[in-house]
Amino acid sequence: MEHTGRSYTIKVWRQKNAQAQGSIQTYPLKDISPDMSFLEMLDILNEQLLQKGEDPIAFDHDCREGICGMCSLFINGRAHGPLTTTTCQLHMRSFENNETIFIEPWRAKPFPVIKDLVVDRTAFDRIIQAGGYVTVRTGSAPDANEILIPKAIADEAMDAASCIGCGACVAACKNASAMLFVSAKVSQLALLPQGQSERKQRAERMVAQMDAEGFGACTNTGACAAECPKQISLVNIARLNREYLSAKISSDNVEEYVPIK
Amino acid sequence: MQLDSKIPAGSLAEKWTKHKFNVKLVNPANKRKYDIIVVGTGLAGAAAAASFAELGYNVNAFCFQDSPRRAHSIAAQGGINAAKNYTNEGDSVHRLFYDTIKGGDFRAREANVHRLAEVSNDIIDQCVAQGVPFAREYGGLLDNRSFGGSLVSRTFYAKGQTGQQLLLGAYSALSRQIALGKVKMHTRTEMLDVVMVDGKARGIITRNLITGKIEAHSAHAVVLATGGYSNVYFLSTNAMGSNVTAAWRAHRKGALFANPSYTQIHPTCIPVHGTQQSKLTLMSESLRNDGRVWVPRTKGDTRKAKDIPEAERFYYLEEKYPTFGNLVPRDVASRNAKYMCDQGYGVGASKLAVYLDFKDSIKRLGKKAIEEKYGNLFDMYQQITNSNPYEEPMMIYPAPHYTMGGLWVDYNLMTNLTGLYAIGEANFSDHGANRLGASALMQGLADGYFVIPYTIGDYLATQKYDKIPTDHPEFKKALDENKAHLESILSRKGTKTPDEIHIELGRIMMNYCGMSRTAEGLQEARKKVQQLQHDFKNNLKMVGTNDELNITLEKANRVEDFLELGELMILDALNRNESCGGHFREEYQTPEGEALRNDNDFAYVAAWEYTGGAGKDPVLHKEELEFENVKLTQRSYK
Ligand SMILES: Cc1cc2nc3c(=O)[nH]c(=O)nc-3n(C[C@H](O)[C@H](O)[C@H](O)COP(=O)(O)OP(=O)(O)OC[C@H]3O[C@@H](n4cnc5c(N)ncnc54)[C@H](O)[C@@H]3O)c2cc1C
Ligand code: SF4
Ligand code: FES
Repeated sequence: MEHTGRSYTIKVWRQKNAQAQGSIQTYPLKDISPDMSFLEMLDILNEQLLQKGEDPIAFDHDCREGICGMCSLFINGRAHGPLTTTTCQLHMRSFENNETIFIEPWRAKPFPVIKDLVVDRTAFDRIIQAGGYVTVRTGSAPDANEILIPKAIADEAMDAASCIGCGACVAACKNASAMLFVSAKVSQLALLPQGQSERKQRAERMVAQMDAEGFGACTNTGACAAECPKQISLVNIARLNREYLSAKISSDNVEEYVPIK
Repeated sequence: MQLDSKIPAGSLAEKWTKHKFNVKLVNPANKRKYDIIVVGTGLAGAAAAASFAELGYNVNAFCFQDSPRRAHSIAAQGGINAAKNYTNEGDSVHRLFYDTIKGGDFRAREANVHRLAEVSNDIIDQCVAQGVPFAREYGGLLDNRSFGGSLVSRTFYAKGQTGQQLLLGAYSALSRQIALGKVKMHTRTEMLDVVMVDGKARGIITRNLITGKIEAHSAHAVVLATGGYSNVYFLSTNAMGSNVTAAWRAHRKGALFANPSYTQIHPTCIPVHGTQQSKLTLMSESLRNDGRVWVPRTKGDTRKAKDIPEAERFYYLEEKYPTFGNLVPRDVASRNAKYMCDQGYGVGASKLAVYLDFKDSIKRLGKKAIEEKYGNLFDMYQQITNSNPYEEPMMIYPAPHYTMGGLWVDYNLMTNLTGLYAIGEANFSDHGANRLGASALMQGLADGYFVIPYTIGDYLATQKYDKIPTDHPEFKKALDENKAHLESILSRKGTKTPDEIHIELGRIMMNYCGMSRTAEGLQEARKKVQQLQHDFKNNLKMVGTNDELNITLEKANRVEDFLELGELMILDALNRNESCGGHFREEYQTPEGEALRNDNDFAYVAAWEYTGGAGKDPVLHKEELEFENVKLTQRSYK
């Protein structure tokens, strides 16, 4: 492993809180090992700020293994940076010595900035609450092997279910559309036999909630799938469109859907 | 204090069934009159919160992440055990029970472990019905794989993302209840304290991580599902935010902390790469099926792996354990890696790594076969280390991974504080001194879906409906104390950052209370940890205020509890003059260097009572373990 320290100019969005005006601040950084992860680079910058008595940069992260979906960051104009991984799986070897690196939060109206690089993604939770489940009370399930699922279907459902809810798809989309995220959940449950009873209602409600949250329309640009760290495919969006349309024309969802606040 | 484990009478196989019949029930119409607080919405907490709400209780649930979907359960890769016997290999509830008790080196309660095995099958049914996409065979039936510590294939899995899929299942059930208004979810909210009123747990104090607001919440019962404490070592496979604060604050209020020194160090993790590393990444232990572990025969050899001829390679596991070879259990593999590095045989820049070499299996099976089996793991390894494991051997080193110890609970999962429960990794209950692979997910979901929904009713049925308002003097007192405490932390203007202190603590814990321990080392470690506690009080560097998102304050608040926990772990390890499972005291080993238990003197749960912290020794309470159904034997891997 190489161990030469590199230098960077970090230009990062600082914003004290949701109400405050934000701006880009510049911090020079030295002695960064290429084997260090991107977030470890920020840890170092933060320790230096703290030592100077300044407030460290707030950013979201938790597992640092690419699975919890908590990390975000718009790096040099791309969601999760130059690779198709999550930001926590990005390493400094992806950046040239002396490079200037721009770091901004996800920019989308339904994801307001809370502080610095931290945004509020609870809109995604409300979309799931609207219908991203199968109604099954604890203890009421039949034996697991009574439900046969062909391997190909199970694998396809698994691929859709891999979405980590990070929001990169929204951040990458010029319309801030959440179609890739919504379609991943709708697809998983539409593919599986367990999801059939609530299939129509699910598509209708999740789309209604998505609209109520202020996510934009999908214009099939594909920027979302190109930046998705879990390779959620555009096929899911096509499926969601079919699900939604067929639910609408044959709707047995008699109640008017009232979006969750 | 008399510890009552409340294990029901009767034969092992009937205890749970009989107990379910005997517990008091709350009339369905009256359930809505009770409020339950659930802190933590990982597998255990989300399952419990959703199940309580389905039953009709009102639930307030809390997590520190921005969504319940991000709890650290999400990172579990391998799978979840159940005694379905779908593979026709003769698996049964009794076999799963036996494997788990033995895997725990005979330091868990028989009755709890048997119940765990009994409900394991219901978990799989429940999760499949929710739409969890477990792996399938071509005929459409569920697929199983095998895991360490067992001779049958009983592990259900969803690619390498089992924890993610199980958590998303529990999260979907929880989300449904949130939409129905039965669960009020408080995200980005951290629990600071338990509030006791008239000897019963009646609420909690929390801090809103965005606004800093300190708030009181009242309920009829409080359930902690806040996960494990591996981050006491700073570097671990846990998430950055994983902490012991909720459990520790309950401990400070009187809840006993059991077996804190039982920690699991996983042998196959990516080594530390420098001084600035923030966390460690696990590589599935399945890699040891085809990889050979070795170090150079010469100490301090600086040649590249490929330049070291075969005769100069020391395949130490194969030489020491000819029968099990590279497949010895986790604790043995970890200890041996540490031993080799301590002796100066370590490789890589830090010299804290050993090789895991696939050269021979690639030669024998072909690159394609290895790629099919481990492709995603190899990619992940290359992504992190920038080294290609098809061409160079992997470097691995053990990392803290799981904590068997936790809050002491009785058979009903209630702590010794009336009305306070602990479930999932946060309690000490089912894994004894060592946890087998794929059984933590099982335990978390067993506790949450199938145990606590029954046992909490038994308690609530005896409680009045009256709610305690949060302006009650006990709540106000707790609010004031917690505010004052945070202000005191914030006022410290020393030179050491919370991370610096945490990193130092981690080093001490890893060196003296990690994979192997000695009385002498532990005494030494205690002094060092006390010194750090002193530094934390007198030389902490803080910035900002409480009324904002303040990551420095979040860290400091958690580190303070790790510092106290660290000392308790050391005391527990000192007290246990034997070796068992993950607890290896060098003084107690067989002539072959294996863990030597002392069943006469130490077949007990060590439950510690807090008596005031720093400088004041905690009081030990013993719960003797009685084994009526299994015979205690020495483990051997030769
Ligand atoms: C990398 C890795 C791989 C693993 N693989 C496997 C496997 O293959 N099979 C297996 O069986 N087990 C595995 N395990 C172990 C298993 O994943 C965990 O033991 C289990 O998921 C813990 O679940 P939990 O619900 O108890 O806690 P967690 O999932 O950790 O949830 C804790 C919850 O508590 C909340 N919380 C914590 N502190 C506070 C506080 N102070 N205030 C408010 N909320 C708080 C968190 O926000 C979170 O919601 C693995 C563990 C790791 C680290
Ligand atoms: S679809 Fe992809 S980019 Fe969008 S939230 Fe899911 S994982 Fe993230
Ligand atoms: S921190 Fe969990 S996905 Fe990046």
